[in-house]
Amino acid sequence: MSDGESLANTRKRVAVPKTYKLYVGGSFARSESGRVFPVTGSDGDFRANAAQASRKDLRDAVAAARKAFDGWAGASAHNRGQVMFRVAEMLEGTRDRFAGEVADVEGLPLPEAEAVVDTAVDRMFWYAGWTDKLGVLLGGVNQVAGPYTSHGGPEPVGVVGVVAPRSSSLLGLVSVLAPVMATGNCAVVLVGPEAAVPAVSLCEALATSDVPGGVVNVLTGEPTELAPRLASHSDVDALDPSGAEESLRGELEEAAAATVKRMLDVPLPEQDWSEPPTPKRLRAFTDLKTVWHPLGE
Amino acid sequence: MVDSPPSNPPKAGLPGDLAEATRDEAALTRFLRGLPGIDAVGLEQRAASLAGRAVKGDAKLRAIDTAIGMVDLTTLEGADNASKVRALAAKARRPDSRFPDVPRVAALCVYPDLVSDAVAALRGSGVGVASVATAFPSGRSTIRAKLAEVELAVESGADEVDMVIDRGAFLAGEYGRVFDEIEQVRAACAPAHLKVILETGELGGYDNVWRASWLALLAGADFIKTSTGKVSPAATLPVTHVLLRAVREWRDRTGQPRGVKPAGGIRTTKDAVRYLVAVLEVAGPEWLTPESFRFGASGLLNDLLMQRETQLDGHYSGPDQVAVDL
Amino acid sequence: MTEPKPRPLAYAPALESAALARLREHYRPFVDGEFTGGTGEPFSSVNPATAEPLAEVSGSDASDVDRAVSAAEEAFRQRWTPIGGTERAKYLFRIARLLQERARELAVLASLETGEPVRKTTEFDLPNAAAQFLHYAGWADKLDYAGFGPSPAPQGVVGQVLPSNLPLLLLAQRVAPALACGATVVVKPAERTPLTALVFGEICEQAGLPAGVVNVLPGGPGVGAKLLAHPGVRKAVFAGSTETGKRVRRDLAGRGKRLTSDLGGSGVNIVFADAAPEEAVRGVVEGAFFNQGRVRCAGSRLLVEESVAEEFVARLRARTESLRVGDPLDRNTDVGALGSAEVARLSELLERGVAEGATRWTSPAAPPHDGGFLPPTLLTDVQQSMSVARAEVFGPVLSVLTFRTPEEAVTKANNTPHGLAAGVWSEKGSRALWTARRLRTGVVWANAFHRFDPTAPFGGRGESGDGRVGGAAGLEAYLDV
Repeated sequence: MSDGESLANTRKRVAVPKTYKLYVGGSFARSESGRVFPVTGSDGDFRANAAQASRKDLRDAVAAARKAFDGWAGASAHNRGQVMFRVAEMLEGTRDRFAGEVADVEGLPLPEAEAVVDTAVDRMFWYAGWTDKLGVLLGGVNQVAGPYTSHGGPEPVGVVGVVAPRSSSLLGLVSVLAPVMATGNCAVVLVGPEAAVPAVSLCEALATSDVPGGVVNVLTGEPTELAPRLASHSDVDALDPSGAEESLRGELEEAAAATVKRMLDVPLPEQDWSEPPTPKRLRAFTDLKTVWHPLGE
Repeated sequence: MVDSPPSNPPKAGLPGDLAEATRDEAALTRFLRGLPGIDAVGLEQRAASLAGRAVKGDAKLRAIDTAIGMVDLTTLEGADNASKVRALAAKARRPDSRFPDVPRVAALCVYPDLVSDAVAALRGSGVGVASVATAFPSGRSTIRAKLAEVELAVESGADEVDMVIDRGAFLAGEYGRVFDEIEQVRAACAPAHLKVILETGELGGYDNVWRASWLALLAGADFIKTSTGKVSPAATLPVTHVLLRAVREWRDRTGQPRGVKPAGGIRTTKDAVRYLVAVLEVAGPEWLTPESFRFGASGLLNDLLMQRETQLDGHYSGPDQVAVDL
Repeated sequence: MTEPKPRPLAYAPALESAALARLREHYRPFVDGEFTGGTGEPFSSVNPATAEPLAEVSGSDASDVDRAVSAAEEAFRQRWTPIGGTERAKYLFRIARLLQERARELAVLASLETGEPVRKTTEFDLPNAAAQFLHYAGWADKLDYAGFGPSPAPQGVVGQVLPSNLPLLLLAQRVAPALACGATVVVKPAERTPLTALVFGEICEQAGLPAGVVNVLPGGPGVGAKLLAHPGVRKAVFAGSTETGKRVRRDLAGRGKRLTSDLGGSGVNIVFADAAPEEAVRGVVEGAFFNQGRVRCAGSRLLVEESVAEEFVARLRARTESLRVGDPLDRNTDVGALGSAEVARLSELLERGVAEGATRWTSPAAPPHDGGFLPPTLLTDVQQSMSVARAEVFGPVLSVLTFRTPEEAVTKANNTPHGLAAGVWSEKGSRALWTARRLRTGVVWANAFHRFDPTAPFGGRGESGDGRVGGAAGLEAYLDV
C-alpha cells in the first residue's frame, strides 16, 4: 500500500488514451475515411483525436437510422419513455464525468458545469415524460358533422437530421436530441469539433441504456462540410439546423427543398439552451394523421 | 351433415353454390352469415346522392306514367269492404277520367276475404289482384292458419300473394324455419306470383335486410318487398337499394329475373321518381317495368296524377281535381 | 302501338343558368379595400367547358404587389390585430353569412371558371367554405386555448398562392384561419380561376372588413413568386403541385421566410377481400373521379386484394360507366370539364401508361363535345414501377394494382414520395385500423373517402407538404409558434 502511494507521489501515472469514434447503428467506429481531427480543451491544449466523419459515414448513418425507425416508431410510447428515463438515470450516474468534460470543453467553472449537466439531465427527463402524452398535446377528437368518428394523432416524421448546437456541448445536444427521440424519430446528428467529447460520452450513455442501435447516430466532424449533404439526402425527412451558421442556412434550405423536408424554424443566433423547453420541437418532428371511420348500425 | 338426410334437395336451376345453400339449415346459415357486409353510412350516402338526380320536363312526364303503371293500389284497413274495393277498382282501371291515356295501375292489393270482390270488379281490365296473407301484418300465427289464408286468396282468384316472413324466427337465427315457411307458401300459392314482405323496419339493420333478401330469393320469392306499411320505418331509399342489389346479383348469378316492391311511406311524385332513379342505377333499366318493380302505396297515385296534370297543363293541380280513395 | 316506346326513365338536362353568376366584363385586383390597379398583363378568364372567354381580368404587376403588401402591413398594425379576437370573430362570422347568402351565385361562378360540376360546387364547395369561416370565427377569441401556449402572436402579413381547383373552398381554408389569428393576407389565386377570389374580395367589402386585411391579386405565376418573395410578407403559403412547391421553396431559401406548403398527392384506396363491396366500389369511384380527379387527395391508385380483383374491377367499370360526363352547369353532371390543356397532359400520361404495359379502359359516357373533357378512365395491369402509379395524376384516371397480403398492400401504398390521403376498405375493424396506422399519409379514411370537415385537420406528409387546414392545427401556419 505505502509503496503504491509513494509510487503515485513520485511518478506521474500515464493515462490510457481514448479514441473518440463515430456512433453509428449502435456501434462505435472510426471514420471509413480514416480521417481524424484533434480535440482540444478550452485552453487550446490537445486532448485526443476524434474521428472526422465523411460523406460515406453520413450515408451509413442515415441508413442505420432508417433501419432502426420502424422498431423505434413502432415501440409503445410507454417503452420509449422508459428508455429515455433510463438515459436520464445514466446521465445522473455519470454526472461528475460530464461536468468535468463540459467544464473542460466550454471553459466553465466546475459548479457552473455541474449546473449545466443537471439541466441536461432534467431536460432528458422532461422529454421522456412526453412520449405517452403526445396524443393529448397534438391530437384529439375532431367533432365532425356527420356519422363519422374522426380523430387525429401525431406520428413521427422519420429520420431527422440535426446540426447540433455549437454554443452548448451537452445541454444543447440533449435539448435537440431528446425531442427527436421522444416523438419516435431516429436522429443523425452532426457535432462540431468543439463539442465532440461530451457528445461521444453521451453516446456511450445511450449505448448502455437500452436505446436501440441506430435510433441515435452521431457524427463528429465539420458540420459545414456534411450539413448540406444531410439536407439534400432524400431519405432524411426533417432537418434541425440549430447549430448551422447563418451563412449555411440558405444552402440548407435550398437543399432541403428538393424533397420537401420539414425544416425546423430555429433562431439565429442560437437560443439560450438553459431556457425551459416548450413543445415546439415535439410538434415539429411529428406529422398529424387524421383517421375517419363511419358510424353505422 | 353426413348422417342426417338433407331437409331439402338442392334446388334445381340454381348454380352450385346457391343450390348448396338450400341443402339444409346449416348450409343456409353458413351462406347467409358469409354474405359480404353493407356499410350503412356509405349506403345512405349513395342513396342520398342518387336522390339528387334531376328528372324534368318530358322525362318527368314519362317517369310519372312509368310510376303509375307500377302502383299496387292498396287498401288494408279494418273498415275495408266490398264497396271500398269497387271504388278503388274503378280507379285502378282508369286512374284519371279526364285523361284516358293515363296508364292503368299494376294491381289492386286487398285482404284475402275481399279478393273475390276485387277480381269481379277488375275482370278483363288487365289490372292484377294482389292479396296479403300469412297473418298479415305481424305473421304471428300457425303455419296452418297462414296456409289457409293463402288458399283462400288463391282460390278467390288472386294473381299475386304478398306474404310476410316470421321476423321473430329470423331474428332468432332460425333461418331454416323462415325458409320452409316461404317454400310452403310458394307451393300453396302457385300459379299466383309470390311477393315476400321482409318488414325491414323490424330487422335491425341493413346486413339483416341483405340476408333476408337472399333467404327469400333462395326460398322462391318472385318479388321481395320491404314492408307491410304498418311498421315504421317502412320503405326507405337505402333499404330499397339493398333489395335492388339483391335482385340484380340474383339475376347475374342465376339468370332469373326477380322483382322489388317498396311499400309504405312513398307519398309524392318526387319520392317515386327517386325510387325509379334507384331502380335504374342500382338494378338496371330492365327493371323499369311493372313485372319487376312495384310501388305499394295508397296516397301516391293521386300525387302522381296531380303532378301529371301540372306537367301537361303547366299549372298546379289541386287535390279535388282527382278522385279521393274512398 | 308500333312506334318505339319512350324510355321509362331518362335524365333530361337540368341546367343552372349562367346568368346566376352575375359575370362582369372586367375584373380588377382587390387592394386596400378597393378594386383598383392591375397594370400588369391583362388576361381572359376562360370557361374550360367551352373554351370561351368569361371576362377580362387586369393582371397584377410589381407595383400592385407592393401596394397590396403595404396595405396588408398597415392593416395588420392598425386595423386588424389591435381590434382583438372578439371583434375579428364577428367579421369572420359576417363573411360566412355572406357566403351562405350568395352561395348560388358563387357556385355557378365557380363552376363556370373551373369546369367543375355545379352540383358539386353547390353541395360541397360553398357549404364547406362557409363552414370554414364559421369554425374559425370561433377560434379568433380562443387562441389561448388552441394548444400553442398563452397569447400566441400572429404571423403578420401572409402571402397565399392558391391552385385552380375548388378555388373558393381552398381560399376559405387558408384565409379563415389567417384572419382568426390576426394575420392579414394577400391572396394570389390561380391564373385560370381568379373570379371567385375577386368576388370574395367583394364579400369582404360587404362584410365591412377593414381595408387591407384581405387583398386579392390576379395574375400568373410571376405575380405569385413576387408576392411570396416580397420582404413585407412574413409568412408564405403555397398550395399547388409538388413540382411547383419545390421550386417555390428553393426560391425562398435563405430569405428568412417561413413557408407552409400544401402539395400534391398520389392517393390510394386499399380494398381488402372482406370489404363491403358496393360501398368500396362507390368509395373508389368517388375517390378517383370526384371533381374530375382534380383534388390533391384524389385516390388515383387502387390496390385491390388479388382474390377479388377481377370481380371488383368488373363492378368498378359498371359503376364508372354510370357517371355522367357533361356540361358542368347541368345538375345531373358527375364529371365536368378539364380544359383542353389538361386533357392533353392526361392523354400523354395515359399513352405513357399504355406504352409501359397498362391496359386502358375509358367510360363510354359521351362528353358534350370533343375538347376539354376526358371521361373517367381506368388503367389495369399497372405495376408499381410504372410512371402512372407514381405520378400526381390530378385528373379522372385510376390505376388499378393488386396485392396479396395486408403487409404488401401497406408497402405498395407507402411506396411513393407523397403522403396525403388513403382509403382502407375492410369490414374487419382491427385490420382496417391496423392498416390506417401503418399508412404514411396525413389522412386515412377507413371505409370512407373524401370526407372533410372544418374541425378535422387535413394535410400531407413527405412530398405532399407540411401544412394542415382545419381544426386547431390549421391555425399553426398563421401563428408565430
